[in-house]
Amino acid sequence: MNSPLKIGVVMFPGSNCDRDAACAWADDLGLGESVFLWHTETAIPAGIGAVVVPGGFSYGDALRAGAIACFAPIMTEVAAFAKDGGFVLGICNGFQVLCESGLLPGALVRNEQMRFLCRPVNLRVETTDSPFTNRYTPGEVVSIPVAHGEGRYVCSPETLAELHRTESVLFRYCEPDGTVGEKSAANGSQDNIAGIIGGVRRNILGMMPHPERAVLPRLGSEGGAKLWYSLRESLAIAGAEPVFVIA
Amino acid sequence: MAIDPKIYREMGLNDSEYGLIVETLGREPNYTEIGMYSVMWSEHCGYKYSRPVLKAFAEYKKAQESGALENAGVVPLGDTGWGVVFKMESHNHPSAVEPYQGAATGVGGILRDIFTMGARPVANLDSLRFGTITGDSDTAKRNRYLFEHVVKGVGDYGNCVGVPTVGGEIYFHPCYNGNPLVNAMSVGIVRRDRIASAKASGIGNPVLYVGSATGRDGIHGATFASVTLTEESEAKRANVQVGDPFTEKLLIEATLEALATGGIVGIQDMGAAGLTCGTSEMAAKGGVGMEIDVQLVPRRETGMTAYETMLSESQERMLAVVECGREAEVQAVFHKWGLNAAYIGTVTDSGRVVVKDDGVVKADIPAKSLADDCPTYFLQAAEPEYIARVQTADLTKFAEPDDYGAVLLALLASPTIASKRWVWEQYDTQVQTQTEVLPGRGDAAVIALREANNARIALTTDCNPRFCYLDPFVGAQIAVAEAARNISCVGAIPRAVTDCLNFPSPEKPSGFWQFTQAVNGMAAACEAFGTPVVSGNVSFYNETPDNAIYPTPTVGMVGVFAPDVIPCTLDFKTDGDLIYLLRPEGSGGITGYAGSEYLSLQHGLDAGKPALDIAGEIAVQQTVRDAVTAGLLASAHDASDGGALVAIAESCLAGNRGAEVRVAIAEFSDPVSGADQPWSAILFGEATSRIIVSVTEGAAQNALLDIAEAQGIEAVYIGQVKKNDRLDVAGIMDVPLTALRDAYEGAIPRLMDKG
Repeated sequence: MNSPLKIGVVMFPGSNCDRDAACAWADDLGLGESVFLWHTETAIPAGIGAVVVPGGFSYGDALRAGAIACFAPIMTEVAAFAKDGGFVLGICNGFQVLCESGLLPGALVRNEQMRFLCRPVNLRVETTDSPFTNRYTPGEVVSIPVAHGEGRYVCSPETLAELHRTESVLFRYCEPDGTVGEKSAANGSQDNIAGIIGGVRRNILGMMPHPERAVLPRLGSEGGAKLWYSLRESLAIAGAEPVFVIA
Repeated sequence: MAIDPKIYREMGLNDSEYGLIVETLGREPNYTEIGMYSVMWSEHCGYKYSRPVLKAFAEYKKAQESGALENAGVVPLGDTGWGVVFKMESHNHPSAVEPYQGAATGVGGILRDIFTMGARPVANLDSLRFGTITGDSDTAKRNRYLFEHVVKGVGDYGNCVGVPTVGGEIYFHPCYNGNPLVNAMSVGIVRRDRIASAKASGIGNPVLYVGSATGRDGIHGATFASVTLTEESEAKRANVQVGDPFTEKLLIEATLEALATGGIVGIQDMGAAGLTCGTSEMAAKGGVGMEIDVQLVPRRETGMTAYETMLSESQERMLAVVECGREAEVQAVFHKWGLNAAYIGTVTDSGRVVVKDDGVVKADIPAKSLADDCPTYFLQAAEPEYIARVQTADLTKFAEPDDYGAVLLALLASPTIASKRWVWEQYDTQVQTQTEVLPGRGDAAVIALREANNARIALTTDCNPRFCYLDPFVGAQIAVAEAARNISCVGAIPRAVTDCLNFPSPEKPSGFWQFTQAVNGMAAACEAFGTPVVSGNVSFYNETPDNAIYPTPTVGMVGVFAPDVIPCTLDFKTDGDLIYLLRPEGSGGITGYAGSEYLSLQHGLDAGKPALDIAGEIAVQQTVRDAVTAGLLASAHDASDGGALVAIAESCLAGNRGAEVRVAIAEFSDPVSGADQPWSAILFGEATSRIIVSVTEGAAQNALLDIAEAQGIEAVYIGQVKKNDRLDVAGIMDVPLTALRDAYEGAIPRLMDKG
């Protein structure tokens, strides 16, 4: 049976936010079911509406973050799933993996201050025209934590122009009042980019902040909850009117 | 062939110990056997000097006598069926010569102690101590280097394995020049009916080696940890192991999954003394023997001898006994996670550890002799001469400062007190999404455990080494009291303690006196607070030829919340809230100069005789817990390092609120002579057992005062929270929050940016 509200969370050796993402979706917010997709699997089971590539240190971040994971068998399937319009959400290490896989443009390099950085950051929602942000209001400022050593987004000027032209920058680091200043990105990200979107129908999201860590008041912020609500809404619509085919 | 005494002496065995070995074996030991004995009979593994003293800890004594000394203690988590497992361990010597790997492997080692019991690690804390980091001296530069790389080592390891580093403490003092302390604590949770054993059993059961291959790293690490650091220590860098957190993460997942199959009879990590420790301890605990062949051990290099294989301290390795017939099933779990898993031998009924190399016997020793029969020594203890001098020093002769505001800023910028944001932002504090009270937000870290029905626990580490230097007995008591106070301030009930006893050489009477005094003080306090020591570790020889550390008995404490109690944080919240100082009855006359940061910073003096009123302390803690439980308090923060005004300033900064401090001087007068205390004592004194709380005026305030009265403690009104961005003390000082913040938050980044 197809359950459009079922998400698959990829598990690489070294993933460590896999359980958190699964838990945020299924338990904390009660939006549906979560299943894990082991890195050596060669098919994404039927009925999975979205795939999360979680945070952590896949394969120990050998060579550089995400460099090995993009060759995992499961990533061939994730790429096919994404190309068919399936929703794919890469968080932190997952964003790095999606960039390494070529599913999203640009790269994540060492933080400007050359140190790991874990803190809550303010993000400005740049567009609500996406399956991941439709429940936010345009320009809304949300607090979501980051935790990364290699989160400084960089890309070519042409790519940056294209990202802006297509309104593909989803989140930017900002001040509490929503202004985006030179120092708003603690990691030194180009143009304060925290998350971008790609794919044939804006169905692939990569972001460094951790929306699964900001879904309950007791975790300090609920700023990430609307992202998951947005995804559920997008899945519900997709489930009612299947517009894509799962490979 | 007679053995040259030089061989065993160099490995740290004395003549009488060697004689005992010959007697036990009924022959001369060979080189491999001497090596195995020397690591197991080192202080680090055998506790030869500390064991007799540690019997002061009731739980330790009980466990030792019943033979149930497992790898870490277990505290039940209400009626959830789950238990909390926790332990703290030192990695001081390795960190002194190779700070990054030393600290990283310290974290890795303590994590293995937790998951080897079948518990999933849910939090780490780290108590770190370094020499002075201010100034441009070579020593200060070296200390900054050690600080930077220890923090990075702790962070990189914990971040990668996905266990949040939620708390700890950092002290800076010249006594740690050349002797940094790295005490890593790990906390895990386990179903109480599924606690894994470290006992080998079942004659004929296969012995499984799991994890990283064995290399030549860390040979004699345990012996290295049991001597004084010298100039030559740098050359022992090769004795320091190299950590691989990625493998550790795989080992956590694979071990928990393999234990869930039920096919594992016993399991233990291989840390200090490696395979020697794993085989002999597991066999001794089970009253059985174990026979292995080093040719079957996965090894990184060819040509490794039995001696090297048995003494290697390569990291991320475990030893398990598997139920006969389930070999393939258990092995498959580890292989799924991409780990080595090789059967290297069997459990025997001989009671002996037999090590073969391609079938040729290289060692044959009774397991119990290695694991349990390390000779113990009652060393000579003598009170050092400095004690009388520092305790009787006249602390009343100093002039009052000209500018109290400047003193407050200097205290806030002193590295021991200053914000450690620079440190904790390098730690992943939130992975596993269970952290409710983050560093800097409360007196203890609070995590809510999903698997255990969101039951909350509070965690802290504490030890003020200055108090322990001035009076090791009382100082250790204060360390326990402060930990319990921190647990109480967030609203949890103190439950149990793990300790890390860091001391200089016990072979000097002064060092051994400090050790026995501190252990007895800690044991007495743990008894009084109802927090038994359930696990721990001893680290001696924290001294160089020029310098010895202050006695540092670090306390790691776990508290448990009653259901539905909302944790209390330390930040002032609302304009107009009233600020009270909770303290034991009749304690207003104590100056608290003894061992204070104020005395040290202003007058360069570590002196005085610290005091603790345990009954008063317990009443103060009960008051704050009752008030948090009833939801009365807006904030609670203990007044410790830097005194009451520093605590108030920290609550201001955390809440981004100002405060008007209005003190009735009569509340701080000597009850006998009636003499008023100087302002420096009122503001910066570090009398123990005091908590700063804020509360809404009216019903909550009255309820708090009722509780205080019922507990027989003093709740002294000392001011009001103000949304005016200033901290002022009427007629004494008035400083804007921006200046406080710059001093408090800027101090460590400014020092560390110097390089």
